[in-house]
Amino acid sequence: MSRKRNYAMVIDTHVCVGCSACVYACKAENEVPEGFCRDWIEQKVEGHFPKLTMEIRSNRCQHCEEAPCVTYCPTGSSHYAGDGTVQIDRNWCTGCKACLAACPYDARYVHPEGFVDKCSFCQHRLKQGLQPACVTTCPTSALKLVDLNSNDGLYRQLIEGRTVTQDKVPAGTQPKLFWLH
Amino acid sequence: MAQVNRRKFLKISSAFLASSAAGLGWPLITKTSKAQGIAEPDRIVSTTCEICFWRCGVDAYVRDEKVYKLAGHKDHPLSNGKLCPRGNGGQGLLYDPNRLKHPLIRETVNGKEQFRKASWDEATSLIAERFGKITKQYGTESVVMFSHGFGASFFKTLFSAYGIHTFSAPSYAQCRGPRSEAFKLTFGHAIGSPEGLDIANSRYLVLLGSHLGENMHNTAVQDFSSAISKGCEVVVVDPRFSVAAGKAKHWLPIKPGTDLALLRGWIHILLKEKRYDIEFIEQNAVGLEELWQGVKYATPEQTYAITGIPVEQIVQVARDLGRYGSSALVHPGRHVTWYGDDTQRERAIAILNALIGNYRMPGGIIRQEKFTPIKATLNQEKFKPYKADFPVTQNASHTFQSRYPFASQVPANEIVDQTISGSPYPVKSWFVYGTNLIQSLGNQPATLKALQQLDFVVAVDVLPAEITGYADVILPECTYLERYDDLDNRTYRTPYVAIRQPVVEPLYESKPGHEIARLLSEKMGMPDLFKDDIETYLNKQLKQMDSSLDELKKVGVLKVSEKNLYRQPGEALQFKTPSGKIELASSRLREAGFDAVPQYQPPPENPPGYFRLLYGRAPMHTFGRTANNRVLGELMPENELWVNQVAGRDMKLKHGEYVYLVNQDGVKSTTKIKIRLTERIRPDAVYMVHGFGHTDARLEFAYQRGVNSSDMITQLSTDPIMGATGMNNNFVTFTRS
Repeated sequence: MSRKRNYAMVIDTHVCVGCSACVYACKAENEVPEGFCRDWIEQKVEGHFPKLTMEIRSNRCQHCEEAPCVTYCPTGSSHYAGDGTVQIDRNWCTGCKACLAACPYDARYVHPEGFVDKCSFCQHRLKQGLQPACVTTCPTSALKLVDLNSNDGLYRQLIEGRTVTQDKVPAGTQPKLFWLH
Repeated sequence: MAQVNRRKFLKISSAFLASSAAGLGWPLITKTSKAQGIAEPDRIVSTTCEICFWRCGVDAYVRDEKVYKLAGHKDHPLSNGKLCPRGNGGQGLLYDPNRLKHPLIRETVNGKEQFRKASWDEATSLIAERFGKITKQYGTESVVMFSHGFGASFFKTLFSAYGIHTFSAPSYAQCRGPRSEAFKLTFGHAIGSPEGLDIANSRYLVLLGSHLGENMHNTAVQDFSSAISKGCEVVVVDPRFSVAAGKAKHWLPIKPGTDLALLRGWIHILLKEKRYDIEFIEQNAVGLEELWQGVKYATPEQTYAITGIPVEQIVQVARDLGRYGSSALVHPGRHVTWYGDDTQRERAIAILNALIGNYRMPGGIIRQEKFTPIKATLNQEKFKPYKADFPVTQNASHTFQSRYPFASQVPANEIVDQTISGSPYPVKSWFVYGTNLIQSLGNQPATLKALQQLDFVVAVDVLPAEITGYADVILPECTYLERYDDLDNRTYRTPYVAIRQPVVEPLYESKPGHEIARLLSEKMGMPDLFKDDIETYLNKQLKQMDSSLDELKKVGVLKVSEKNLYRQPGEALQFKTPSGKIELASSRLREAGFDAVPQYQPPPENPPGYFRLLYGRAPMHTFGRTANNRVLGELMPENELWVNQVAGRDMKLKHGEYVYLVNQDGVKSTTKIKIRLTERIRPDAVYMVHGFGHTDARLEFAYQRGVNSSDMITQLSTDPIMGATGMNNNFVTFTRS
């Protein structure tokens, strides 16, 4: 696919403290209604006292290269945008929830006004040359938006010397959140 | 296994929705529509946050005269464009439907006490009249002002001019006080707030109970993250596997109350193995031999026996501290009133930092300064009596004298004691600004008893709280998003001056603090005290800094670059201590009859079947002040009690069940708390986030959610050096009925 941009997110689990600033910033920026969220915190603790490990993540839509939500959307509302993100056209969404069932990452919810909603990487901000609200506010700088088609070297620089993983790779969706460990 | 996943998040949210249905709806009009785009703000106003007391710069986004979003101001050195969760949810305070909306006066109708709505004129007249009577009869010293927060400055000016000089803040003896005094005794100056610590450049960081990342002071967490990114090794000493512990190379789950023994053990090893900065200590410190004599028997084996930390780990950390030397930092913490030995524990931390030579070195303790000193005349003007012959000014025959020799501020708990005893002189009236003393002081029965002794109580606040329920007059202040305050011209590594300015007009009949103080000054017979309106007053100060109010309103903050954070090679250092050197053994403590070198005293042990109660912070809440914030409460509507999985099972506790707590004095919690069985805490302690369990029904969202830790803190272990109230020597067990 020839695209000018191909946005992805690199998330550093070493520094994320799970404070939820990203969640609140997203909710205010995107007017996410009470009781719902586009991004969320996951915390995984393993082991037994006192031998414990913890991993904290700020999670959201993976903006997959092979997105099942797009495949299964009967109206074409869920679609690939030209910048490598997956977006929802609210005018075409009927709220049928096929995408909710198809998404392996549980990234979507039905907005009380009847359409499906999820993380857009703050596309409206990207268009203005701004970073997504979550990235901007994150006190630990754990979240980094990268353009995989850019020559700026940012992605390479961020993953240098780090272990990089993706979630649920066998699902075959080619997710674009990259976790640094 | 503790796991917060998306399902759980939604579950919490749906519990929240149920209560919303009961009429606690979120009042912001959401304009989400099928339109794809997001509307632009009408304006963005730069101001200073007050959801906690770190005071970050924020940009407030306004559309249709509603603040719908808050973001970190990019030039402000405390926010750097970023904002913590609490700051992000500040609009939840502004639009809290339970805000105090108009002045209230307590009255008795048919033998029943109630509040009635009053006008500002009536409320301020009543305050002036009562203060006039009380100060005439008992002297101006019989009125005490308590405060927390930045807006208190105008009231301090007001009361100083009137001859009232007793100002007390729980941020001293209930929080940071021991740290200040310990560093003053050791280095001759306090560590400051924000702390003068170069965390971002530390290569080896030791945290004791300080849970950075859960305690979300924006810049401190930014620095912590930056240090981790650069490969800093973190050591966390905490009975609980905190978020910071999850980032640590070593987590030392210490037996609660034994931190000072561990610190002494580390000092012992550094001295015995000569791993300290010998040259720095020779040139800059006194008392080395006395220090050694004081810690001679604090061997690793003895330290293990007390703390439960394995000998190898104790030795390893001490050697690492020596190896990293001046680039290592033992963080002194912030809320440090734990066990009653707090000043001495903080002294031991100061001594360790001195020994590794990190004073004014990258990664260690750094020098901070003000943007530019506001000219002395202005400051003096603020705190001089109104007129030389002003009647009540003559009337103060006592000044407050603490029982504790090193109390440099007024310990709030001493005012409580004095209010009850009436000795050495009576305290008859409290003026309480922005602090919920019922929750913040501990030993609630004493606070309640003192309140019964008072003739007159005034509370100024944004929201109702337990303390406002005991007031005779309540004055509603508007939120930080609706007012000017004094300039924030604080001491920091990047010197700056920042503005707090109104983003929107005050809601209801609430007023800014400066306006309330001016109204009171007129009624109290000092009509010219605030003769400049607030904008003129701020502009005059800014003119002295070669700026103007217009400029600062636009840019939000002025700053200059960091300089002289670190010492130069060979720079001669001067310390404001009696010896002029760093005092490893404190001459002032020795003279006052205390241990010159910190000695360890074991804290009380758990009674059988009881758990030591520890408390802390959550990233999305500031003490009890945000519990009613609907925006922030969505992710954390209540606190939980962390109980060790195995210990909990022994007590037949079920994960997720609600129980009452009963403490060692038989005090039962007024509300129930949800049990969280977890591997993340020692079996002998339990933990909760402070600030929940509100009993004021006017806080409709927070009302009776979770348990208030202060309810259970009836045993205060007072620090004999400076009067801080150690709160962690309380023990709880559980009951289902």
